[in-house]
Amino acid sequence: MKIAVTAQNPGWTELLDTRFGRAACFVIVDGETKEWQAVENRQNRQATQGTGIQAARTIIDQGAEVLISGNVGPKAFRVLQAASVRMFRTDPAVQKTVSDAVAAWERGELEEIKAATVEGHSV
Amino acid sequence: MKIAFASGKGGTGKTTVAVNVAYILQQCGADVQLLDCDVEEPNAHLFLQPRMDRSIPATVKRPEAAEDRCTGCGVCADYCEFNAITVFKSTVIIFPELCHGCGVCAWFCPERIITETDRPIGVIEGGMAKGIRFLQGRLNIGEVIAPPMIRQVKEQAQAAAVTLIDCPPGNSCPLIEAVRDTDLVILVSEPTPFGLYDLSLTVASLKELGLPAGVVVNRCDIGNDELYLFCRQENIPILAEIPHDRRIAESYSRGGLISEELPEYRELFASLWENVLALVMEKGGQPPTARRGTAS
Repeated sequence: MKIAVTAQNPGWTELLDTRFGRAACFVIVDGETKEWQAVENRQNRQATQGTGIQAARTIIDQGAEVLISGNVGPKAFRVLQAASVRMFRTDPAVQKTVSDAVAAWERGELEEIKAATVEGHSV
Repeated sequence: MKIAFASGKGGTGKTTVAVNVAYILQQCGADVQLLDCDVEEPNAHLFLQPRMDRSIPATVKRPEAAEDRCTGCGVCADYCEFNAITVFKSTVIIFPELCHGCGVCAWFCPERIITETDRPIGVIEGGMAKGIRFLQGRLNIGEVIAPPMIRQVKEQAQAAAVTLIDCPPGNSCPLIEAVRDTDLVILVSEPTPFGLYDLSLTVASLKELGLPAGVVVNRCDIGNDELYLFCRQENIPILAEIPHDRRIAESYSRGGLISEELPEYRELFASLWENVLALVMEKGGQPPTARRGTAS
């Protein structure tokens, strides 16, 4: 199973990015082998609107079945839910890095996101 | 001749200047039309009190996909500049509130399964106000996409000797849509750091569009002289200065027209217009009277 984690830089020990649509990058981790690969989100960070939608498409295209992030907005939530991607929320006070977040998820410590956690940002 | 009133910063007096210029021109017997293109909150009608005689729905195209025939190629999502459509496997998700109705998704869909229907976004209302031809766009509450609405207001406008366009604040797409095709942009600003900062952004946008501009300094006796220094550096003429006068604020708060209620300000708006005409001609444009057959 592939897990997408939002991070400030590409890497297993890098800091988490608490945003989803405008995250710096997505670290896509293989749940079994812990093999990982980073996908930059640079173009999306420049977009004026719909970044959550585009980010959702990116991780779905990467085959992610689980997303770990700080927040998920309403439009991203709708796309991810339609694609059956399960979403989990990190606690910035507890998990600092990608590896922290994956370990916490494996231990079942992360809260599952059942509705958008923030308002949309569209103008 | 088309003249736009813009500002960058909101609340600097765009509408006040636009309605008073319209009034003065009408008083001089000119054929004037005012378009309120601040479609998120049109307010020129409060001062001109038009009697509306027509109402036209404004719409944008809304795409719909026949998902049963979708191959999931994602071309529609790749081309959408606004991230309003997304595809995974053969599920198509459309966000109408983000869609500008450009039709690029339907155009490029290789399977031709995207069709477009009209979605209402607001209303265009027209009528007469104190001898001024009046037209305004009003977006429905909750709608966020202003440019198509502004475009449709401009399409509904009639030919007139002088068309004045009250623009939305800011510097993004709605402003660009409102000022394009105009002969000159009147920038109403105030001599404060905030006013100057937003003005400088608008000036940069207008430069990009190649549109000439002049500045009206509102509440000219507050703030500092940075705005004047900026205009000198940028070679932008000051068209008029409106003082910070309590009587203007009182008239405004009642929905009054300054040039109607406070006769001493008529000269100010008349001279503003003289400066506009001089600037238009200096930039190679023609004064309104030179265009025969446009006045009705």
